[in-house]
Amino acid sequence: MSEESPGYVGRSVPRVEDERLVRGAGRFVADLHVADAADVAFLRSTQAHALISRLDTSRARSMPGVIAVYEAADVVDQITPLVAAELRVPPGLAELGPINKVQPVPILANPEVTYVGQPVAMVVAESRYLAEDAVELIEIDYDELPAVVDLELAVAPDAPLVLIDEQDNVGVHIRHGKGDAARAIANAAVVVADTFSTQRHVCAPLETRGILAEQDPFSGALTVWSSTQTPHRLRDHIAESIDVLADDVRVQAVDVGGGFGQKGTVVVEELLVPYAARHLGRPVRWIADRYENLTADAHAREQVHHITVAADADGKLVAVQDRFLVNLGARNMTGLVVPYNALCHLVGPYQVDNVDIEATGVLTNTTFTSPYRGAGRPEATFAMERALDLLAIEIGMEPSELRRRNLIGPEQMPYRTGMLDRRGLPQEYDSGDYPELLSRAVDMIDLPSVRKRQSSPPAGGRVIGVGFAMYIEMTGSGPFEGARVEVTRSGRVRLYTGASSQGQGHRTTFAQILADSFGVDMADIDVVAGDTSRIPDGIGTVASRALVTAGNATRQAGHLLRQRVLDAAADVMESNPADLELNKGIISVVGSPTKSITLAELIRAVPHAPGGTGSDGLSETSYFRPPNYATASGAHAVVVEVEPLTGRVSVVDYVVVHEAGRIVNPRIADAQIVGGVAQGIGGILCEHIVYDPSGQPLTSTFADYAMPLASMIPDIRLDEIVCPSPTNPLGVKGLGEGGAVGPPAAIANAVEDALRRMAGADVTIRTGPLSPSRVLGLLAASPSLN
Amino acid sequence: MTELTSTTSSRRRILAPPASESTARHEIAVQINGEAIEAEVESRLLLTDFLRERLGLTGTHVGCEQGSCGACTVLLDDVPIRSCLLLAPQIDGRSIRTVEGLAERDGTPNKMQQAFCDHHGLQCGFCTPGLLITLTSLAEREVPVTLDELDHHLDSSICRCTGYMNIRNAARYALGLMPPRVEDRSGERDGP
Ligand code: FES
Ligand code: FES
Repeated sequence: MSEESPGYVGRSVPRVEDERLVRGAGRFVADLHVADAADVAFLRSTQAHALISRLDTSRARSMPGVIAVYEAADVVDQITPLVAAELRVPPGLAELGPINKVQPVPILANPEVTYVGQPVAMVVAESRYLAEDAVELIEIDYDELPAVVDLELAVAPDAPLVLIDEQDNVGVHIRHGKGDAARAIANAAVVVADTFSTQRHVCAPLETRGILAEQDPFSGALTVWSSTQTPHRLRDHIAESIDVLADDVRVQAVDVGGGFGQKGTVVVEELLVPYAARHLGRPVRWIADRYENLTADAHAREQVHHITVAADADGKLVAVQDRFLVNLGARNMTGLVVPYNALCHLVGPYQVDNVDIEATGVLTNTTFTSPYRGAGRPEATFAMERALDLLAIEIGMEPSELRRRNLIGPEQMPYRTGMLDRRGLPQEYDSGDYPELLSRAVDMIDLPSVRKRQSSPPAGGRVIGVGFAMYIEMTGSGPFEGARVEVTRSGRVRLYTGASSQGQGHRTTFAQILADSFGVDMADIDVVAGDTSRIPDGIGTVASRALVTAGNATRQAGHLLRQRVLDAAADVMESNPADLELNKGIISVVGSPTKSITLAELIRAVPHAPGGTGSDGLSETSYFRPPNYATASGAHAVVVEVEPLTGRVSVVDYVVVHEAGRIVNPRIADAQIVGGVAQGIGGILCEHIVYDPSGQPLTSTFADYAMPLASMIPDIRLDEIVCPSPTNPLGVKGLGEGGAVGPPAAIANAVEDALRRMAGADVTIRTGPLSPSRVLGLLAASPSLN
Repeated sequence: MTELTSTTSSRRRILAPPASESTARHEIAVQINGEAIEAEVESRLLLTDFLRERLGLTGTHVGCEQGSCGACTVLLDDVPIRSCLLLAPQIDGRSIRTVEGLAERDGTPNKMQQAFCDHHGLQCGFCTPGLLITLTSLAEREVPVTLDELDHHLDSSICRCTGYMNIRNAARYALGLMPPRVEDRSGERDGP
């Protein structure tokens, strides 16, 4: 793009965010100091399913330092129950006859509690210490009801009901496919059928959820500081549920310490806190502690796939059939998002003519769930890529060769799969070169040499295995995101967008885009993301969408503002816009650079300019609506070492070859991939949210919920190819989630490869985490080793 | 912007404990980032809350309050400790250094802070202060640090965003364990 002179896009510009953060001068919600703010603690259900038979908050209410205690009866007429925005079903998918139950979440539970951790009462006190003391003084008795935790049990006949007012435990159901999978399977030369599950995870951003609300005593307007990923959605939820005008609610996402999906789901606490601030006329804040984060904030990923893949004798896939269950937790909070994402990404980069997939979202008496980085794709990829490895073993073919034979080719792009996408429109992959991804991954991991090393006796008793996984990711979901750009009084350029950052570096990447499209130095740009008072509409940063949607909106707004500035300068300079140029913040007459005006001079001159349009001029808002998804893709290859004596798995070499369109900031992009891979490695090797059969969470600290540490993550090697997306002018695709999609499958494939090489062990890995004890268990259970 | 008291300046404001807090009080005298501070604190006040809420030093973050994540790490008499596991009265007579006290006297970031910026060693920045404290204490040690020791120390902290690779590279560089990062991936990347 030659008109975009400075050329920031495509360069590893250092992040503008960092200096402040390394000094400890970040501004996270918990860091804000609002005078007189009161603190909140919640009484949460200790029962997975019960009726509250007695709730007595009187001692808590009268404790010194307690400002207020709210229970269900106090708020039932005041706050409308929460109905998540994601429950909408697009018309195309509605034709498939899905079930998608709208189950409003009670603001505070009473009498029925449906999971451990559900908020029952809210205490507001002078400090968090006192609020927690007061929670201890609340007396509560329960009459237990039968609870169901396991998702297969929850859909069994005669299962106890998760919600006593419902007819069954199905929250979501949808079935979709093409061709005739049953017939193709019946006639196929090779068929593999097995069950692969992803265990329950939690996003666990290092900063927990937090919210601080303050009401202006004069106007009554609310200011809300939040760690949300979706500030505008939160604003609308607050406005609707406590019945104030959206104009009078200003949500600001300040520095946010990671989100990964957990903070993209609005929860009742985020409605209660603003309500209390209004009700009490006092600033109120709630900062979740880690116990709340691990037990009472959204969980994710738990799925069971009963998958069948069929191929001809040459390994050409003829059919994929999958029936899978998604554990929704106690409420259907995000509808089709995760189940349908899993469904429409399952077959991924492969060409398969016959597909039949049935997704069921199952309610259980566990904490509600949200999308987590990848949102159904890592789970689907785990099932598909594990099944492909079993198929390769069955046929006696190198797993990477089996994949190669089935990939959609670059010459087939744009490729219509014959299925419907998440919007209910024909699913089309816009661009990509999957065979190239795979061949580079095979080269980089040096498959022949790994195989050779495997054929000699293991060094130090450690057995190595190699595994691959491929995936696609339809990124940049709409419907829109916006950018407002303006010239400020001092002649700087400011960008406002709803797509705030939780660490992705938007202040840098969006400034790069704007600097190019508008024509100033990056140093003259400020990015303000996630302040709803600065741009009327927005969605937020979820689903690998920010760069595609907000990035292109920024580019558009930059172009519009540039024209606006030239028009205004023409009025002021009494010349013709076509004779003017804007470069590094200075507008000059083409050919006579001495006749010029700076942006600061211009903005001051505009109101005085005779004969102008009368419009203030120097601000533009633009919304970008992506016409289709931008489909990113990747091939992961990994070598692991397994210690047979201890069951310990080490990742010794990890390779990612990815394709995500044009790259705005390579260093930031690479780091997104690496961060995602690390989460995937943690997911398959150690992370697991565990409930006992009665619904008690057993993993409520970081001592129990094992997070990946530095020593588990090797120096990941990256390569990329670039197939610019035709769906948007920047040619970009989203890549925030991609890194997390491949590792569970690739590592499980590698570990199984290692285990199968041990003395004829006959093992199949069906789920994670591959902790040492589980690996030892797999070996112990292997029939051929016993 | 709605008025907010910025809590990150070098101003020191000692708030009295809430009147309704009924635990016993203690007079403590401590050095915080080189400055002498005297304060009255309640028995059960966590050191993290003393630093963050009473002194406005919000650079010390709280990721778990369970001693697991390392975000709250500060130097207690030059030794890295988890400030969420100590009570304010326990530090009477001791000295504390927080992330706000890491920069050089003239305000330039220290070598580790600069290395984090140069190597993209942070994304959200929430884990960063704790890691900077731990790694700066390594860097300030007289005995040279080995790669193994570095890896051991890195495992003291959880970072959910970065996957640790750039943190490790930043630390290796600042500790003199590897040459500076080569600007390998600049320039437009286009076309397969
Ligand atoms: S907050 Fe202290 S270790 Fe996590
Ligand atoms: S940068 Fe976000 S937790 Fe480390």
